[in-house]
Parts: sequence; C-alpha cells; structure tokens
Amino acid sequence: MSDDGADAADASSPTDREYAEWLDALADGDGFAVVCPEGHGSLPPRRVCPECGSPELSREPLDETGTVETYSVVHVPSPRFADDAPYATAVVDFGPTRLTGVVRDGDAERDGDDAAPAVAIGDAVTVDIGERATDGERLVAFRPAAGETPAEDE
Amino acid sequence: MSEVRVAGVGLTPFGSHPERTGRDLFAEAALRAFEDAAVARSDVEELNYGNFMGSLAEHQGHQAPLMAEAAGVRCPATRYESACASAGVAVREAVRTVAAGDVDVVLAGGMERMTNLPTDEVTEGLAIAADDLFEVRSGVTFPGAYALMANAYFDAYGGTREDLAHVASKNHANAVPNEYAQYRKEVSVDEAMDAPPVAEPLHLYDACPITDGASALVLVSEEYAADRDLDAPVAVTGTGQGTDRMALGDRDSLARTPAADDAADAAYADADIGADAVDVAEVHDCFTIAEVLALESLGLFEPGEGIAAAREGVTTADGDLPVNLSGGLKAKGHPVGATGGSQIAELTRLLRGDHPNSDHVPDAEVGVAHNAGGTVASAVVHVLEVAE
Ligand SMILES: [Zn+2]
Repeated sequence: MSDDGADAADASSPTDREYAEWLDALADGDGFAVVCPEGHGSLPPRRVCPECGSPELSREPLDETGTVETYSVVHVPSPRFADDAPYATAVVDFGPTRLTGVVRDGDAERDGDDAAPAVAIGDAVTVDIGERATDGERLVAFRPAAGETPAEDE
Repeated sequence: MSEVRVAGVGLTPFGSHPERTGRDLFAEAALRAFEDAAVARSDVEELNYGNFMGSLAEHQGHQAPLMAEAAGVRCPATRYESACASAGVAVREAVRTVAAGDVDVVLAGGMERMTNLPTDEVTEGLAIAADDLFEVRSGVTFPGAYALMANAYFDAYGGTREDLAHVASKNHANAVPNEYAQYRKEVSVDEAMDAPPVAEPLHLYDACPITDGASALVLVSEEYAADRDLDAPVAVTGTGQGTDRMALGDRDSLARTPAADDAADAAYADADIGADAVDVAEVHDCFTIAEVLALESLGLFEPGEGIAAAREGVTTADGDLPVNLSGGLKAKGHPVGATGGSQIAELTRLLRGDHPNSDHVPDAEVGVAHNAGGTVASAVVHVLEVAE
C-alpha cells in the first residue's frame, strides 16, 4: 500500500494534471481559486461551483497574505510524512478560498528540523510550494508574512 | 409506512484479532444477531453491509456476497461505504426499506479488519477518508483533522485539553463492564493529560484505538414481529443523514459539524420528537473532541457548551444524560465499517434493559445514535424508542 501511496502522490501523474497545474501556479506566485458570480471560491478542477452549481467560473488570485484559522502540530505522521514529523499543518483563509498546508518557518536552514515552526490562530502567512522531507514531493507551504514575528513556542 | 423493530443484535468482541478473517468476524456477529432475534435466516430479504478499507486490509473487494455466505443468507446483498459511517448508512437504508414496506426482514451491519496492517498503513488508510489532493497531501492525518477542529473549537468557544481528558476518562469508565469493549480499564484525567501527543491538542487518550470487529442487526417490520410474536420492544423511529463539503477547509465553520446538524434535524423530524426527549445517546467519539461536536449537533447542548458536559458530570453514567455508556469508540473500539451498527446494538441493549450499564438508565424511553464519516463530511443519526 505504501508503494501505491508513493505513486499516487506523484504530482506529475497525468491523472492529477489539474492539481499539478495548480501547484505550478502557486510556485509562480500566481495561486488562484475558482470563483462563481456569487463569490463562492473553490479549488480546481471544477466544472460547476460546489456551493451553487453555477457553471460560470473564473480564476481569481488568492489574497497575498492569509490568516491562520486553525492549526495542529502533527507528531504521528502517515508514511508519506514519516521524516517530516513533527510538523505543523494549518487551514488558512486566503480570501476567495481557504487552503490547507504545512507551516514552514521561512528559514531554509530550519525546514526539516526536528521542531515544528511555531504558529498561532490569527497569524498572517504567505503561501508557496515546499518540499516534503520524506520524499521530496511538492506540497502547499505557508511561511510567516514579511514583518511578522513567528509566535513564541508554547 | 411500517414501524421498524430491532428484532436482534449481534456483536463480536471488539479488539485485536489480527489472525481472524473478516468473513469470520461478520459470521460471528450475524450468528449472535439471529440467536437474539429468533428470526429464520430464510426470511431475510436483504443484506446491507458496511465496510471501509477491506480492499486495503484484506485485498478483498465485492464483500457483500461473501458476507451473505458467512451469515448464511441468500438475498440481494450490497456493501455500503461511507468511511466511518459505512454501517450507519447501511442501517439507514435497511430502516428506509422496511419502513417503506418493500421488505419485512433485513440483516444490516458491518465489519472492519484493521490490526493485521502495520500502524502506519492504518494511518494512511484512514487518511484517505479526507480529500487526497487538498488535505492528505498537505499533511492532514485523521487525528490531525480532528485536531484542527479542536483548536478551532477552543478558539471559538473556549475549552481546554483537560475538558477533553474528562471525555476520555468517562468513556473508559463506561467500558469496564462491557464484555464487548476493547479497553475495559479506567483511565484517569491525569493519565490522559500525561499521554504523548498525536496531533496537538489531541494526545494518545483522545484517540480511539485501532480495532477489529463486526456488528449485525436483524431489523423487521412491526407486522412481521407481531405475526410471529417476536420479543422486539425497541423501534427505530427516526433516521437522518447529512453531507458536507469533503475538505474541512471548505466548511462554513471549522468548529461545528453541519452535516450532523442536518442528520439530527431529519431524524428528529422523522421520529416526531425534539432533542429534549432524548434520555441516552451513543455518539461517534473517534476523538474526544468529536463527542463534543456531536452533542452540539444533536441539539443536546448549545454550541460551546458541549465541551464541559463530561467534566461537569452531565454525560457521565450517573449524570442526567449519559453518553456512550458502551464505552464509545474511544474505549469500546472503532472497527470503522462496523461502528454504526454497533451503536444501534448497544443502544438497543440499553433500552431493553439487558446491557451491563442499563441500570444507569432504568427509565430511558428514547435513545439517539450518531455516526460520522471522515471529518463529518457524512453523518447519520438514528432515533430508537421503547415501543412496548
Ligand atoms: Zn457559487
């Protein structure tokens, strides 16, 4: 099963094309949500809005800075994150939609360190692409917004 | 429309049975259910069977015909999958089919085999109940998802890890006399507080164990029960189901479970009762915070007030509204695809008076069961009442 899991996690897999393209956009600083005329935001691929069913969808940029709505420091990982734990995962509001990702402290030296970066609800963060320590796969990464001081350790 | 009666219930002991096949587990539960029901196997007109990860755990898809064989019934048989609510939806379809008058006798329940897999594969297996692209690849585990909800709840309403430790301690105490429970040992609040973290703020004793087990129910129409003079005093009077966005981040609220609100509203309307009529509840406490969220969705506590229910003794065995007298998923165990059926079995025994914890609810007339799938993207609620 873990072998299958590794294959399925390959973002270059043709079966996950839309997801790979969305990650590419995030990496280029062009992260987007799919938004309907009612303003419901969601993540691709979408043929219709999941909230109201509207087929009139357009790509809207994510807010430059997001707000952490909740987070958890994960100590017991799945096999795909075996070498990443402990790590902080968070749900962040980026305007048209929320994103779920892993919090990195913005210091490349420390990423993959054995302490998860400190994070708190209400923190301002930016989003880009990080690397999973376990196997190098790309993932959604949040970093403290410029000028923000990371929260103190609990 | 016909009233639906619980003619018989059957469970395997919940626990670690890594060497036992799924077909043997379900066979045992079905055997007990038929013994309890005194209904002929040849009268069974449908089998509704719940299972989540059998394709991973046993390399076995298409399990329903196999389980019909194991139970000794020959009738249309279907597997239902809705993650941890798999048996809940299987039972719900049985209730609807009997209530509609389509059939008189259905065997419903479920089975999950988990302990034969290494723990990390179970962790991965359970995680697939979340959105693979936008949650699992972002590091969300099953405990991690509930941890995200717990921190959101604390932020919205207050509450502490210690409040959750009281939920764990309560449910472990309830499991002690239950012969079917996986962990029949008390856990103190201090022990729960001192346990290692899994996904903060959830620690080891906030999480249900990995469990093998099966559940089976024989559900019949009131007419069938009357014709054969069956001893089937408990009726399923209400059923409801709700669905939410798959990913937690797409929900209206991270500190509430709207799918369970919808399921509860529908089940209460179906039974024509209000939440204030409920005497006893079995709720889906895969994590301690999940019990809190369930109590609030069921309307038993206002939003923000469920967190203190165990600490203040309202939901303990001697409280005004005992919750999870079986021990809950927390201590009785959580064989994922069997749990929804197990909750109905336990509630039936509590209402009939033949559960080891029935003495705590001697006058109970109305029970409610709450079964959730994933991070409550799916929810099923049933109302059970003493009909005679
Ligand atoms: Zn819309």
